[in-house]
Amino acid sequence: MKCLVTGGNVKVLGKAVHSLSRIGDELYLEPLEDGLSLRTVNSSRSAYACFLFAPLFFQQYQATTSGQEALRCKILMKSFLAVFRSLATVEKTVEKCCISLNGRSSRLVVQLHCKYGVRKTHNLSFQDCESLQAVFDPALCPHVLRAPARVLGEAVLPFPPALAEVTLGIGCGRRVILRSYQEEEADSTVKAMVTEMSIGEEDFQQLQAQEGVAITFCLKEFRGLLSFAESANLSLSVHFDAPGRPAIFAVKDSLLDGHFVLATLSESDLHSPAMCSPELHRLAPPLQAHSTPHLDDFASDDIDSYMIAMETTADSEGSRAVPSIPLSPGLRPPCSPGPFSEDHEAEPSTEPGTPPPKKFRSLFFGSILAPVHSPPGPSPVLAEDSEGEG
Amino acid sequence: MKFRAKIVDAACLNHFTRVSAMIAKLAKTCTLRISPEKLNFVLSDRVASAGVSMWCELEQENFFSEFQMEGISAENNAIYLDLTAENLSRALKTAQNARALKIKLTNKHFPCLTVSIELLSVSSSSRVVTHDIPVKVIPRKLWKDLQEPTIPDSDVSIYLPALKTMKSIVEKMKNISNHLIMEANLSGELNLKIETELVCVTTHFKDLGNPPPASEDASQERPPEQMAEVHIDIRKLLQFLAGQQVNPTRAVCNLVSNKIIHFDLLHEDVSLQYFIPALS
Repeated sequence: MKCLVTGGNVKVLGKAVHSLSRIGDELYLEPLEDGLSLRTVNSSRSAYACFLFAPLFFQQYQATTSGQEALRCKILMKSFLAVFRSLATVEKTVEKCCISLNGRSSRLVVQLHCKYGVRKTHNLSFQDCESLQAVFDPALCPHVLRAPARVLGEAVLPFPPALAEVTLGIGCGRRVILRSYQEEEADSTVKAMVTEMSIGEEDFQQLQAQEGVAITFCLKEFRGLLSFAESANLSLSVHFDAPGRPAIFAVKDSLLDGHFVLATLSESDLHSPAMCSPELHRLAPPLQAHSTPHLDDFASDDIDSYMIAMETTADSEGSRAVPSIPLSPGLRPPCSPGPFSEDHEAEPSTEPGTPPPKKFRSLFFGSILAPVHSPPGPSPVLAEDSEGEG
Repeated sequence: MKFRAKIVDAACLNHFTRVSAMIAKLAKTCTLRISPEKLNFVLSDRVASAGVSMWCELEQENFFSEFQMEGISAENNAIYLDLTAENLSRALKTAQNARALKIKLTNKHFPCLTVSIELLSVSSSSRVVTHDIPVKVIPRKLWKDLQEPTIPDSDVSIYLPALKTMKSIVEKMKNISNHLIMEANLSGELNLKIETELVCVTTHFKDLGNPPPASEDASQERPPEQMAEVHIDIRKLLQFLAGQQVNPTRAVCNLVSNKIIHFDLLHEDVSLQYFIPALS
């Protein structure tokens, strides 16, 4: 493989790597026919990010050397990021960046051709790996909103940088609402401040969602894509479905596209009040996990739906159309084997029925806490039960 | 109990934001006292004999274009709320480009001070940021500890030097000892001293000036050269100085020998009183 990036695109590439570094610790690099793909996933498999740079993004793009199969590699994010550590310096001094990988050497070579004849060569060690591929399809999401990155950047400005999770939804008058989400700690007497930002429909290029729909996701991970989109001056679209289903954040232009797929909190986890005051609207009932079991046929096979379906292919010509085999982090549904039970990784974490490790809980395993065979009973903190005045 | 207020003027908003930022540096949680004419930020220090260790006062009509309040009863027409000062400061900081800012007392699952900001936006649509700051309503029986402190009869009253200068000196002294001696006299001299086994460091400030005495006889009794000294915890002084981001319009320090230091500051139209008791 050999790719040559020149001019301003070097900084774009660097910025993409910075974005990806907000998500995972390992970078999967794969030269494909339709471009160079850079992907990563976080340790709890609740966030997946990928950038695809089209061949035209490069001055020279050679995915495979003739006769050889395409190489895939996995590199430490830290190492790759170090090449593009200071974007300001990259912008000022780097004229060309050449990334090459040949099957015989065990190093990914990133060479920066800088001003004044300076050449910096980074030899990064890598591991052969399977293709990291999340299965997701924005077209399957019923709700979409799209706005220039600047609008979304301004929208998250009032929130503290340390805030972990945020709820995005459609409120009364078709206003787009962003609200800080705090997990309620049972033992905490000090309540946290709640911040809400409301933006009019007119600021959005596309808004296809009804009032009352909402999802809660990790703000820190979203900021990774947002900062890329702001620097590249692109529009960002958000495709989402019911709470618990992954949300897809996408940017696109003629030379690249980027997707961040983030897990969202399931209905039974949500503590925040409804987007609209209870008198006017309620969260759409079909979204409740406990009312119509058939809608949420993952009720008993939960982990997988909350987790982004990941696919690995040991097969070297693994095409992207291979059906997904979700990688479960190890929690087996106690019911009779579903279609995925053979594919569980042997992670020794928990027995069914016991609360999962706390660090995964918030994005992920909410429904696990509910009894599996019977639908979860209404929780006293479900939004639509709130009586308080808005 | 009811409270609603609105700020529409950008200068008033910035000033109020600066005041809340100062309070956030001086105290983690504090009491906000709302009365028909004034807003007070109060920090009560039950350890010190003075009771209140910080009293900040502003006239509401200097800030708010609209102000309505109703206390818990007609005779007790005030509202006392405990809140985390940082929350208010952070909320106000997001109002940089606000067309209007409204504050009101609400009850959303728990009592809150809701700050609602209408932002100026380039497009025709409006953007609204709302912050719900959780507050605790303080019952009437605890109000007695949160009243305006009486200004103690001081031995020496002196104008302070530039607070930024004082702060950088005190910061360096803190590395040597936590025990600071502040002394001043009626000839405009102020000293900051630390003494340890190995070293003594003193910083002398001269020609600071003294405010005119409250009464005639008080000034005549005391020799102008005689220092009044107070031993204090240096961290308290540093916390106070760290809160002063802007140079005050007026800064006076009153010392009661071996008892307490009383700082009396005026930031434009906002008064701040801060008490540091002597180390026992």
